[in-house]
Amino acid sequence: MVKKRLLLFFAKDTISTPIVHDLIKEFDLLINIFRAKITPEEEGYLAIDLKGEEESIKKAVIHMTKNGVQVNENFKGVQWEKDHCTACGNCIPHCPTKALYIKDVVTQEVDFDGGLCIGCLSCIANCPFGACSSIF
Amino acid sequence: MKTYEEINAKIESKKAVVLNAEEVIDYVDKKGLEAAAKEVDVVTTATFGPMCSSGCFLNFGHSKPKMRITEGWIDDVLVYSGVAAVDIFLGATQLRHNDPANMYYPGEFRFGGGHVMEKLVAGEKCQLFGLSYGTDDYPRREIRTWFTIDDLNQAIMVNPRNCYQNYNIAINCSDKPIYTYLGHLKPGLKNLTYCSAGQLSPLLNDPLYETIGVGTSIWLAGAKGLVYAEGTQHASKCDRGVNDVPTEGAGTLGLTGDMKKMTPEFVRGVSLKGYGISLAVGVGIPIPILNADILHRTTVRDRDIVAPVIDYAHDYGERTGKVISTLNYEQLKAGEVTVLGRKVEVGSLSSYTKALKIANLLKDEITRGEFLLSKPSQRLPLNQGMKTLEIRKR
Repeated sequence: MVKKRLLLFFAKDTISTPIVHDLIKEFDLLINIFRAKITPEEEGYLAIDLKGEEESIKKAVIHMTKNGVQVNENFKGVQWEKDHCTACGNCIPHCPTKALYIKDVVTQEVDFDGGLCIGCLSCIANCPFGACSSIF
Repeated sequence: MKTYEEINAKIESKKAVVLNAEEVIDYVDKKGLEAAAKEVDVVTTATFGPMCSSGCFLNFGHSKPKMRITEGWIDDVLVYSGVAAVDIFLGATQLRHNDPANMYYPGEFRFGGGHVMEKLVAGEKCQLFGLSYGTDDYPRREIRTWFTIDDLNQAIMVNPRNCYQNYNIAINCSDKPIYTYLGHLKPGLKNLTYCSAGQLSPLLNDPLYETIGVGTSIWLAGAKGLVYAEGTQHASKCDRGVNDVPTEGAGTLGLTGDMKKMTPEFVRGVSLKGYGISLAVGVGIPIPILNADILHRTTVRDRDIVAPVIDYAHDYGERTGKVISTLNYEQLKAGEVTVLGRKVEVGSLSSYTKALKIANLLKDEITRGEFLLSKPSQRLPLNQGMKTLEIRKR
């Protein structure tokens, strides 16, 4: 079992494709949707975690691409700019999954584990220095 | 016993022994106080955190024809121009024109005076818009131009208050979220915020202002600056704990330095949701080890420095003076504390990481013989209280 985080983009003509159904029924994947959005232009985004056999995930990505869904495999819910972060630590109690965390108790250095981020965006609202950003 | 002159002579010959305020703790533990006092010449302290009491004086030089600016904006942020013709003061907390502030609560406060200062130090282009009523000798009545810090004659940072000796820990005992200068505090004591570099902080290492005073040379965001006065709200008459270390706000410093020589990493605009704009500046202050007593005071540890926990939903705003409890900086740095029997997550607005970096940068400058110490010309007031503002009917 592996876990993969993807950002799916649905153009106007693919918006009604029931892609989540295919991922579950045809590829036997466990899915976890943590953000979905349809724009006024009728384009759609879906931020999703897939869990399953590596081979099945590969096949699922090919299947989605064939059906006109753009798959971004390098997606992170939130971008954390290390150089912009001052390590003040104001975000720490606001991050519900500890994706942002104190790496070293002595130096109080802050680090970001993108794999734990669920894209709640509370860090963006709470970072005094604008070090966090997101496409959402 | 050493003198400033002897220490400076060692610095000039690149033989000074310099430690930062963190490493000096173990060093003195190992060597013993008297032996270490003979060896160590300087201990470097530092802090990096938001301090609203900041701004800068800028001199633009004269346009042709000349203009006496009476109203001005930089990047749409209002500046104070009630000084000489082309001198202006830019305040760190000034909002951008048309910023809705807290009209749509909590406001975002994305850009203001602090961000203009950050842009200036980073060498970015900014826009000046100015108006004037016009005079015989200054005929121009309007100006719009773009400039960088290099185009200015002077850009002098002024922090009427910085380096708070110690500070409140803010918590929210109410049932609604609150937005403060110490960040977003969740209801029901879910999180708290502290703001101090603790054992690295300048005035916690010199609690009685024996070496840091008016005229002390400092490292201000990479430039050589100085302490020009006691800071505003300097309140040295306070509760003090072990080794005279204050257990509340206490002393402050007024700082100034040449912004043209500053490093962008240490001059950063701050946006506090629901509160406003501020500026974070990095400060490093060297402490000359004139005797064993001064060295002993620099060995203060996080666990020996306590700060008061205050309810910012009620007690702070209403000036009740109520303190919920006290916590020390070692407890705070562990990330989770207990207040009124509840587990509370800890956040901070002061960066220990940056403070440590600054203490080491200053240490390197002194070790290389590039930063000399100066003897203060005046000691900071030692027994001064703080007044409140009374509302009177004439």
